[in-house]
Amino acid sequence: MSPWFRHLPVVPIVLPLLAAALILLLAERARALRIAIACTSVTVQLVAAIALLALTTEAFPDIWSQGVGAYAIGAWPAPFGIVLAIDRLTGLMLTLTAVVGFAVFINSLAYWDRVGPHFHALLQLLLMGVNGAFLTGDLFNLFVFFEVLLAASYGLLLHGSNSQRVKMGLHYIVVNLVGSLLFLIGVSLIYGVTGTLNMADLPARAAALSGEDRALFDAAAAVLGIAFLTKAGCWPLNFWLPGTYAAASPPVAAAFAILTKVGVYALLRLGSLIGSANALAHIEGSALLRPDLFRGGMFYIGIATMGFGIFGTLAAQQLARVVGYSVIVSSGLLLTILGLDHTALLAPALFYLVGSVLATSAFFMLTGMTGRAWRTPTVPATVPATPLSVPTGGYIPFGVRIAGALHGEDDEVGIAIPAAMAFMGLMFAFCVLLVTGSPPLSGFVAKFAILSAAIQAAQGEPWAAAAWMLVGVTIAAGLASLIALTRIGMRLFWSATGRSTPRLRALEAGPIAMLVLLCIALTVAAGPAMGFLEDTAASLRAPQIYIDTVLAIGEGR
Amino acid sequence: MEILFAIAIGVLSGSGVWLLLRPRTFQVIVGLALLSYAVNLFIFGMGRLAIGKAPIVSLQAVDPAGLADPVPQALVLTAIVIGFATTALLLVVLLAARGLTGTDHVDGRES
Repeated sequence: MSPWFRHLPVVPIVLPLLAAALILLLAERARALRIAIACTSVTVQLVAAIALLALTTEAFPDIWSQGVGAYAIGAWPAPFGIVLAIDRLTGLMLTLTAVVGFAVFINSLAYWDRVGPHFHALLQLLLMGVNGAFLTGDLFNLFVFFEVLLAASYGLLLHGSNSQRVKMGLHYIVVNLVGSLLFLIGVSLIYGVTGTLNMADLPARAAALSGEDRALFDAAAAVLGIAFLTKAGCWPLNFWLPGTYAAASPPVAAAFAILTKVGVYALLRLGSLIGSANALAHIEGSALLRPDLFRGGMFYIGIATMGFGIFGTLAAQQLARVVGYSVIVSSGLLLTILGLDHTALLAPALFYLVGSVLATSAFFMLTGMTGRAWRTPTVPATVPATPLSVPTGGYIPFGVRIAGALHGEDDEVGIAIPAAMAFMGLMFAFCVLLVTGSPPLSGFVAKFAILSAAIQAAQGEPWAAAAWMLVGVTIAAGLASLIALTRIGMRLFWSATGRSTPRLRALEAGPIAMLVLLCIALTVAAGPAMGFLEDTAASLRAPQIYIDTVLAIGEGR
Repeated sequence: MEILFAIAIGVLSGSGVWLLLRPRTFQVIVGLALLSYAVNLFIFGMGRLAIGKAPIVSLQAVDPAGLADPVPQALVLTAIVIGFATTALLLVVLLAARGLTGTDHVDGRES
């Protein structure tokens, strides 16, 4: 094949960066051109991500042997230069990001990209940060890409700023800045002790440590773990999450559905690499990052997160908040499984991750449609129910004249489809089935696989109590969100007060249908998908191939 | 020198955390700035403190003991730039919140 294929890994980072820069250069009036650039970018990203995913499946052994690829930026040899590395997990997450990014882009075109400036540029930068965080093989670059995606997410959260968004944005930014500072402390301490920032070089260097240095390394790993857990939305650090996601405009919240999973990914990746060094096996301190000690801390943190999510789900009165709490529940379930560290549970957990990101993303977009079509009668006035989200008073935040203020509800573009109510009701039902894990859709397949593996794990002595706990909390979480969503669905669709017939636009409805159809496809093809994820889990448990491939890059030049 | 350095980081981060927990947005942002100073010093310290050593490797200099570690210096530069940018963004959001809610309380309302 063409030698250009070697440069494929850098496409998901460079392309959105270039697209964002180009979009910023164009005037606000050149909307069609901006949209064309953004559209090209998300489409090519989707193609590149799928190609990368295909390359990691060992279907093309002449390009990457054993399904792991590495790319040396600037052709510097590996432990010193910055590398990008791709294995199955990275390929999977990239594809997931590209799918969600594509859907969010299309969905925003119907209305939301015009309520404030620079939506498309910010979305491209967000995608660049997320892709980079998945691709990078270097701890400090992980920090940089986290900052890129966070900076873009601050802008997106404030998009179409009203007082609710600015208030929640303040909390969100402060929490994430503190998290970033912890991240920096962890990264620099790890560098100070081991002398490397390359994630593949880290296991061997860490294994050679002894005495005080080892204690320092453990402390650094714990600090880093806290930073990742903050991003992942684990329990004592996640009070910002439901309010922020509910306050954000619906396409933005749909894009945010992938953000907590970046934290989970980082924990999974570093846990796989650092936990793999045999010499590390008797360290006590780095409990937050070491898989076999996860059971001590991570497991209970995950259970507590799910508990918080369950109570929040039952208490929430607004659809977007319920979906926000379901993001917390899914994070909690993933953290619990990481904490349990049973080999059979990892593949179902990854299946659950994919399904839940697609489902919550679709759900957030649907929230936007229901919220704009009619207002829920019981929602108190503090909720940002005003569709235009433009401050009515004299104060204009950020001194920006908001473009969308010129557009009324009638200016929405797109073809109106009949049978709007039927479509929305159907999509709502699908989303509920997916999020709660009820049969027959992919949420059920994922939860069934998790429960089945957990019950099998419960036969083994060291796991028995923890596995039963996992089973109980998982079922309780499904029941709680089913109750909450049924209640809200009845209020939304069956109570007839103050409702106008909603208008349905293909641009807005299409992405929701696309994500739901993908979930259905995932259900139908659950066998092959699970097979791929079993391979992914196996490669995470044996990271030596990843380490060797990354360290071999640039050698002999 | 190490003691002085450590005390400076300790005082900065202690004041930073205290201010971060205060209810006024201005106190929070000053606290964050102090914390980021502390973290920047900490990163710099991870390259080991040295006096009179150049971080630039020339082709002639072969003895690494005579050189300072350049990596933490590069890291701290990046961290300063990112921290500065995000703090500036937070400042704008803070002003917007003040304008929209009419109060400088972090929750957007008094009490």
